[in-house]
Amino acid sequence: MRIGVVTFPGSLDDGDAARAARIAGAEAVRLWHGDPDLHGVDAVVLPGGFSYGDYLRCGAIARFAPVMESIIDAARGGLPVLGICNGFQVLCEAHLLPGALTRNQHLHFRNRDQWLKVEATNTAWTNGFTPGQEILIPVKNGEGCFVADPATLDKLEAEGRVIARYVRGNPNGSQRDIAGITNEAGNVVGIMPHPEHAVEALTGPSLDGLGFFTSVLRALAGAAAGGQLAGGQQ
Amino acid sequence: MARVVVDVMLKPEILDPQGQAVANALPRLGVTDVSSVRIGRRIEIEFDGEPDLDRAREIADKLLANPVIEDYTIRVESAAEVA
Repeated sequence: MRIGVVTFPGSLDDGDAARAARIAGAEAVRLWHGDPDLHGVDAVVLPGGFSYGDYLRCGAIARFAPVMESIIDAARGGLPVLGICNGFQVLCEAHLLPGALTRNQHLHFRNRDQWLKVEATNTAWTNGFTPGQEILIPVKNGEGCFVADPATLDKLEAEGRVIARYVRGNPNGSQRDIAGITNEAGNVVGIMPHPEHAVEALTGPSLDGLGFFTSVLRALAGAAAGGQLAGGQQ
Repeated sequence: MARVVVDVMLKPEILDPQGQAVANALPRLGVTDVSSVRIGRRIEIEFDGEPDLDRAREIADKLLANPVIEDYTIRVESAAEVA
């Protein structure tokens, strides 16, 4: 399986995301922001960082990169896409996910290991977890406060589209402690903390992040065997 | 000069922590009669020819403002203002 990792000008975590994909057992394929060719990848990760300097709004300019036009089309067709941190912001700006990420409520950049509770496990990127499982992965953001209007938040909750919530402390003021969400089909997931930084004992606080990458491989293997993508309709 | 000005503001219901931080600093200047500060962004767009409000609105909708969290107003700047 080939997992593409996009590099925008200002991406920081593309190397770690590619490494996490390899540790999970995938072939990591580097994708360039200016190249609309997805090189036949089976899934895509939009990594963390400060694409285009975070000018205007985080993710607002990256959303118009040539590679994003292809990813937006492919995501609507079912391609699994995971946006981490800045990648989550890009997915919201691209309207593949609802809501927006705004300045942390307390204005401070937060960099710490963060406990999350996994909720929706019927997505392409979370099917390897159990509902209610608590995981520990790093969070590091200045603009990670998830906001949406009350109707959108209610819809996300009613449809079981919150994939993880902050527990033991909300690091950025996100509404309803939301750390990550999925689209209706379950193939597009955005998460503010960084699973790619928690994939081996030497460098991470846990191995919990690996579950996102092994989940998508399992979803793809299921799809290849003729089953529906694990992140398909409920 | 053909200039269109776009003012982008966070929607009233969206928390503006930057504005709050500024408001909280005002008492240190001796200012105690300000109840709220909100911070937005002013964007000036200059066209080669006549100012094109429709094009500017399209740019604002697609890129300059995020309708999930922001509102914007748009106007052509008068020659007197530009000068």
